[in-house]
Amino acid sequence: MRILRLAGRRLAASLPTLLIILAGMFLLLQLAPGDTVDALMAQIGGGDAAFAAEMRRFYGLDAGVPAQLWNYLSRLATLDLGHSAIYGKSVATVILERLPATLLLMVSALSFAFSFGLVLGVIAARRVNRWPDTLISTLGLIFYATPSFWFGLMAIVVFSVHLQWLPAGGLSDITRSLSGLAAVVDVARHLVLPTLTLGLIFLAIYLRIMRASMLEVLSLDFVRTARAKGLSETRVVARHVLRNAMLPMVTLIGLQAGTMLGGSVVVESVFALPGLGRLAYESVVQRDLNTLLGIIFVSALLVIAINFLVDILYARLDPRISAEE
Amino acid sequence: MRALRAFLRSPAAVIGSVILLAVLVMGVSAHWFYPGDPLGLAGRPLQWPGQNPRFPLGTDPSGRDIAAQLFHGARVSLLIGFVATAIAALIGIAIGALAGFYGGAVDTALMRVTEAFQTVPNFLLLLVLVAVFGSTIETVTIAIGIVSWPPVARLTRAEFLTLRTRDFVQACRVQGLSDAHLILREVLPNALPPVIVYASVVMAVAILLESALAFLQLSDPNVPSWGNLIGLGRNVLRTEWYVSAIPGVAILLTILGVSLVGQGLNDALNPRLASGR
Amino acid sequence: MTRLLVENLTVRLPRGADREYAIEDVSLSLEAGEILCVVGESGSGKSVTASALMGLLAPGLVVTGGRMALSGLDLRGLGPAGWRAIRGRRIAMVFQEPMTALNPLMTVGAQIGEMWRVHLGLDAREARRRAIAALTEVRLPDPEGALRAYPHELSGGQRQRVMIAMALALEPEVLICDEPTTALDVTTQAQVLALIKDLQRRHGTAVMFITHDFGVVAEIADRVAVMRLGRVVEQGTAREVLTAPQHDYTRALLRAVPGLRAPPPRPLAAEAVLELRGLTKTYASRGLFRRRRPVRALDGVSLALRRGATLAIVGESGSGKSTLARCVVRLLAADGGEVLIGGAPLPARRREAARLVQMVFQDPYASLNPRRRVGAQVAQGPIAAGTPPAQALAEARELFTLVGLDPAAVDRFPHEFSGGQRQRIGIARALAMRPQVLVADEPVSALDVSVQAQVLALLRELQHRLGLSILFITHDLRVAAQLCDEVAVMRGGVVEEAGPIGAVFAAPRSEYTRSLIAAIPGRALFGA
Repeated sequence: MRILRLAGRRLAASLPTLLIILAGMFLLLQLAPGDTVDALMAQIGGGDAAFAAEMRRFYGLDAGVPAQLWNYLSRLATLDLGHSAIYGKSVATVILERLPATLLLMVSALSFAFSFGLVLGVIAARRVNRWPDTLISTLGLIFYATPSFWFGLMAIVVFSVHLQWLPAGGLSDITRSLSGLAAVVDVARHLVLPTLTLGLIFLAIYLRIMRASMLEVLSLDFVRTARAKGLSETRVVARHVLRNAMLPMVTLIGLQAGTMLGGSVVVESVFALPGLGRLAYESVVQRDLNTLLGIIFVSALLVIAINFLVDILYARLDPRISAEE
Repeated sequence: MRALRAFLRSPAAVIGSVILLAVLVMGVSAHWFYPGDPLGLAGRPLQWPGQNPRFPLGTDPSGRDIAAQLFHGARVSLLIGFVATAIAALIGIAIGALAGFYGGAVDTALMRVTEAFQTVPNFLLLLVLVAVFGSTIETVTIAIGIVSWPPVARLTRAEFLTLRTRDFVQACRVQGLSDAHLILREVLPNALPPVIVYASVVMAVAILLESALAFLQLSDPNVPSWGNLIGLGRNVLRTEWYVSAIPGVAILLTILGVSLVGQGLNDALNPRLASGR
Repeated sequence: MTRLLVENLTVRLPRGADREYAIEDVSLSLEAGEILCVVGESGSGKSVTASALMGLLAPGLVVTGGRMALSGLDLRGLGPAGWRAIRGRRIAMVFQEPMTALNPLMTVGAQIGEMWRVHLGLDAREARRRAIAALTEVRLPDPEGALRAYPHELSGGQRQRVMIAMALALEPEVLICDEPTTALDVTTQAQVLALIKDLQRRHGTAVMFITHDFGVVAEIADRVAVMRLGRVVEQGTAREVLTAPQHDYTRALLRAVPGLRAPPPRPLAAEAVLELRGLTKTYASRGLFRRRRPVRALDGVSLALRRGATLAIVGESGSGKSTLARCVVRLLAADGGEVLIGGAPLPARRREAARLVQMVFQDPYASLNPRRRVGAQVAQGPIAAGTPPAQALAEARELFTLVGLDPAAVDRFPHEFSGGQRQRIGIARALAMRPQVLVADEPVSALDVSVQAQVLALLRELQHRLGLSILFITHDLRVAAQLCDEVAVMRGGVVEEAGPIGAVFAAPRSEYTRSLIAAIPGRALFGA
């Protein structure tokens, strides 16, 4: 319970942050050349000044800036994200349609990066400065330096075009209607390359952090105590070192959540996945600022939610945190 | 200087510096090797590398020389990387120093703002900035800088928080020295090394962000960016995959160089942690 | 029976170290049922010897010669499996820092229980039973609660008891203690020393006790080995070494040990240069949501420092003495009460207060900016107050001579100086402002005992030459006795007792002061 209260406190502290984001979004809306009405009018093929004024009054765009800000914030509080002129639906609906694909991609990429990064980092740390370490660290460096979109393209060339093992894009095979296990396997096959692409750079980061964290913990006093107790090296690592070394990794999940969401823009574009990232790209191209800002809002909420979960997880792992009361 | 010698002793640093130097030379010599507009029509489109001795790396779908774009693109990438990193460093260090040194309400307020920037995924924020303010190369560079400062601020703040309680800072306080002196002459020189190392990470990210933007055709179309070329190669990926492959290798090598130099800097400035014991 | 035999042991340091060998030709022996104290200052190699005996040498250190044997078993020839079999079972170790020596994420019960579960294969219930018995034996209050607790929930002394219980769990033949009480308060130290002595007698363990404090040696040692720069310079029974030392170094070390004999009182001025009236400072809970119980660091403290005299503030951790020091130099603002210098209230602005009070800090390695030349650091205070830079630097050179340093050294960087020299620079920096009051916050606690004696001698000399008024903060009554005219004993933010130092030591009125004096190790040999 104490943990929940602690995490809840951190959550409450992120409320001002959210307000700042929203104020910033509103500011950007004001600075954008043209507004919703201009976009709408461009869609319907133009209109005269009187019509434009009427529309502005309808949308409340003629009120003063503070009033507009208040309107904006109160609408957001009810999760009314506005209307997408391009898609003809409410922004909230469009976002909700695209959310599952992105979440699926993020979860699989995160699991892949975290688990492999952990294992490889531990191996590298235990064989530090010998060839497994050099190999793993070099691979990590190369993965880190590889642009994700380029890796995606090259992966498509190798695995889809030449070897024909995996599909080149999309979330599922639309030419066949599958159900049950077959459908799951189909989606899984489609997700292999995007997961690898998105997860690659994070794998490199987790690997490096885990290795560094392991080396740091291995040099701490209590590890010397554990060895002096006559415990085997495996037990020392597994029972004493690992849990301590994992703490920075857990923190990292929260910190990298936003970056992963950003990375999904490019990956979803390369693999034509119907997710939030691609929606963001389309919104930029089609000048649908409402949708774009709606995506930002939802992303911010997602990141805050993920950080909340991370805080709880961290407090469960580290008893010193809840004791700070 | 001790640090310079330690830097040169690290194999990572040397390799990285060599790579970066090569990229720098490419960028600087672009005008000599490939005078004229690299984005201008040069020959028949979609020639393979080695097919035509005039185009050692082939031509892209619009008939432009890939090698020329590679050389000129080097200048673009390095320039954007440096300038964006400088912007991010200036903003980040200033905010982090003030927040870390003064603590209290100043710290809380500045950290809320930093958190706000970090909660929004940085690529998405970049997209919004480009959508609102346009996509000229200057705007893009500034936008990347604006998106990249939060981690620098956090790092600087952490260093300042640790250092401001150190005895030598307290001693200067007791000697009656002003806050400005404490921040600029006592704490900052001791706080900078990890920040300088981190600047290499910021630069790598800046180059990646710009190339991703260019790949999506959202950056300045009049600038020969590597990412742009990769994006152009998407349409002919199945057959002429070299159009996308070659500039990607260039990006990979550049970022590798930047990362290795950063690692070398880390080894030079933190000798105790470097031996990986 | 000889439990531990070390013959001509040599351990080589990695390339680039300041000397070739960490220890050279070290020969020791430890019999069953006795306590051998290995004494030395920093760099003497005593910790390396202990690590070698456990097979836990830091990477880069290699045993290149000699032999070590545990009850006849050759230790040098052991492989990893061999070491694991004897570590914890036949030879165990207690480390110095109780705060970091236990795994912060595991309960105490799990960490102790590991000993029986891993080495003897006992099940959880049996291990728990034995753990409770072990914790009871080391006199931990509430052993069952301690089992469930995490290390950070225990105090330093309690953690050290847990470490001792863990080390003795399997009744090893040899127990090595590497400065286990150095990080503890003097009263806690006394308790832990008594505990070790008692346990050793009951279990018949052979104990090798590493320390730098001869008082501790006098308290518990049966035999003594003195080490210096990697070699054993003298060995013998405690009585022999302490009362009739043969080697020059041993003699110098013994002379440097601060005794509890206060120097004869000298005439003091009546006027008070520093007066504290009803000083209070509470560390309140911070922020909107945090609700930590407020800590009363200072609770109505009233003291007076006479001009030209030295007042010692003695207390253990949590007594408020550091808070007091910081309030006097205006690094902290007191919540209530007044600080008067020469009758006038201490100015709130740092620039004005700087001319009146200055401070010498505890840690010689943290009190100087590593990136600036030492002369500039000494001179920058006067420069900021208006002195022309050239003159300030010249004065800095004079101050260097005054504190016993080469005046040409003003152009060097801090890393080129030793710990004791850095403290001298710190003193020079404080004196540069010509303050009326000098506050010294544990200025010798981080120094080796021989260097300590030198710095105390310097302060004594400066006191006589310049007529300094010094507020001397320390946790060590013996150090206070060396230098100070008057003493104030603090506990929990309150002054328990104050008065001339001779009177307080000879006839302490407060129970707490009596317990502090009684806890000083080796009082019988070195005391008043």
